[in-house]
Amino acid sequence: MEILVCVKRVPDTSENAVQLNAAANDIERDDLVYSINEPDNYAVEEALQIAANTGGSVTVATVGDEDDEEILRRELAMGAKQAVLISDEAFKGSDGKGIATILKAYAQKNHYDLILTGVQADDGAAQVGGMLAALLDYPFASLVNSIEVLDGNKLKVSREIEGGNREINEIELPCVLSIQTGINEPRYVGMRGIRQVASAEIPTLGASDLGVNAGSVGQAGAKVKRLDYFVPAAGKGAEMLNGSREGNIDKVIELVKARGGLN
Amino acid sequence: MARIFAYITHKNGVADDSALELAAAARKIDPATPCTAIVTGGTSELDGVCEALRSSYAEIWKISGAKLAYPNAELVRKALIQMIPAGAVVLIPHDHFGVDLGPGLSVKLNAAFVSDVLGVDGREASFLNAIRQEFGGQVSAHVRCDVSSGAVITIRPGAFKPLESAAANGTVMDKPAELDTVRSGRRYLETIVAESGDVDITKQQVLVSIGRGIQDKENVALAEDLAEALGAAVSCSRPVVDAKWLPKSRQVGSSGQTVKPKVYLACGISGSFQHLAGVKGNPFIVAVNKNPKAPIFQVADVGIVDDILEFMPALTDRLREVSGGKANAAGAAR
Ligand SMILES: Cc1cc2nc3c(=O)[nH]c(=O)nc-3n(C[C@H](O)[C@H](O)[C@H](O)COP(=O)(O)OP(=O)(O)OC[C@H]3O[C@@H](n4cnc5c(N)ncnc54)[C@H](O)[C@@H]3O)c2cc1C
Ligand SMILES: Nc1ncnc2c1ncn2[C@@H]1O[C@H](COP(=O)(O)O)[C@@H](O)[C@H]1O
Repeated sequence: MEILVCVKRVPDTSENAVQLNAAANDIERDDLVYSINEPDNYAVEEALQIAANTGGSVTVATVGDEDDEEILRRELAMGAKQAVLISDEAFKGSDGKGIATILKAYAQKNHYDLILTGVQADDGAAQVGGMLAALLDYPFASLVNSIEVLDGNKLKVSREIEGGNREINEIELPCVLSIQTGINEPRYVGMRGIRQVASAEIPTLGASDLGVNAGSVGQAGAKVKRLDYFVPAAGKGAEMLNGSREGNIDKVIELVKARGGLN
Repeated sequence: MARIFAYITHKNGVADDSALELAAAARKIDPATPCTAIVTGGTSELDGVCEALRSSYAEIWKISGAKLAYPNAELVRKALIQMIPAGAVVLIPHDHFGVDLGPGLSVKLNAAFVSDVLGVDGREASFLNAIRQEFGGQVSAHVRCDVSSGAVITIRPGAFKPLESAAANGTVMDKPAELDTVRSGRRYLETIVAESGDVDITKQQVLVSIGRGIQDKENVALAEDLAEALGAAVSCSRPVVDAKWLPKSRQVGSSGQTVKPKVYLACGISGSFQHLAGVKGNPFIVAVNKNPKAPIFQVADVGIVDDILEFMPALTDRLREVSGGKANAAGAAR
């Protein structure tokens, strides 16, 4: 099976607190470490496992700029056969529909049996996968947390619904699936693996290569624009205990007791 | 202003809570335009759902058909695009069905798409300003959406308070959709209910809940020790389950369990919306996090900025000391 995985590079905010910049039009990015969006990495792992079982290969693609090459290289080290950087001045400022339009143009130049995205980007809206499917007129399933390849060009996929329940569906290929974290255990990528793909060729494709009408994407095509970031005024907020650790601990024990939590 | 529609999800003949929240969101978007509810489904259960909506919606569109009995987003979309007028605003709850339906519907309606909206911040001409969150709720953003060719907007559950004065006395209208030729490449097979696991966290009075801040599988023992000293059970956020450090049955949140403890000790949990969606019953929340700006501190009752890998064992020791001391004192008195 030929599989395309759409990946995005995002600031890793699990380790670093997000701060606003002085103009409040963006987050302070200078000190942030970037990595591949978490579910996208699970999607690549899933694609690699499917390709290993059914034959075929995995391509990873991102719409971005040179800085984003690092995640493509990382996914090559994981085992992807090909990586593509889709980049053009005209793509800057695209909304979700713009990104999906660009990815559609790329997907149509090649044939993929299966296209995977992450459920949602950390700075995204859980939209690109579903839009891409609709633009390609492929079937779509979101929040996928298991995939089984069936005979007859079909997959059996499980979707994560409320309460940890799973909705099982059969879906025809080609299709688009948005992948949820936890679907597998992504393999480890070490420095050595990354060094091995250091010289791998990563082609860059732009609007004219893909036949994308520049007016339909980028700032020009975007119906949705982020105006600013802000931190909402805190409500009541927690009573912060600022004593010594020992003092805080005694206070917590006292409060928990008062709430009937300790007998 | 163009028409506003609210897509109503329902189960076992009962409309979801989101039905009233969408009506409230519609009012915020445009107080002057009455919102129309859209209900799709099989034939048998729809009448009850529509009837119940009459108090909050002036108009209810009922779209029924065997193919719509189980909500398949592609089939629902193909029915909706037959009747939603150009330029309309369509509201959908941001749940697992909304994530399936919303993006594709916006493409087919050639409308703007904004997801997981928490608030509406006014309109200027054909622009609607909405409030969303990014980075797991660490920051909010104002988003400007050009609604001149319509919009599909998914609404965060719980974000809009249902309206008080609801007496719409609405009309239910049968809207036939041409479904004979409509098909989907996806077919629903079954729903598998989550396994209950070794410990039922939904029944616990006190939970020691750990998040990504626990950092390593080995450290989970620190939470187990603390739980034992407290007479509590260990629950967790999603990344802990994704990493296979604890079973899925211990996960609190929108895609895990809903818990209702008296006391909830959140350790190394940032406080995302999806996590907090599973914490109900207004427990006393104690949050321990090394980041003083973590959103969890906005909802907690008591907050401590500390390293959980040091705080948890210290709290465990102290609890053991206290209860050991109590046992000794009791022994001495006897
Ligand atoms: C469709 C969907 C469904 C989801 N369902 C759920 C769900 O059911 N439940 C759920 O929990 N999440 C769910 N999520 C994920 C959710 O969006 C968040 O990503 C998740 O809740 C974050 O978990 P966390 O707080 O443990 O991790 P993070 O957000 O990474 O936060 C870790 C926190 O630990 C702190 N920390 C780190 N080290 C230490 C230390 N040594 N001492 C003290 N503090 C430390 C950090 O400051 C940070 O605040 C869902 C997401 C999606 C897209
Ligand atoms: N710029 C991009 N390039 C490639 N894939 C993307 C891009 N943006 C989003 N995606 C994919 O779409 C998924 C959902 O993103 P979003 O809709 O922005 O939340 C991500 O997890 C990626 O798989």
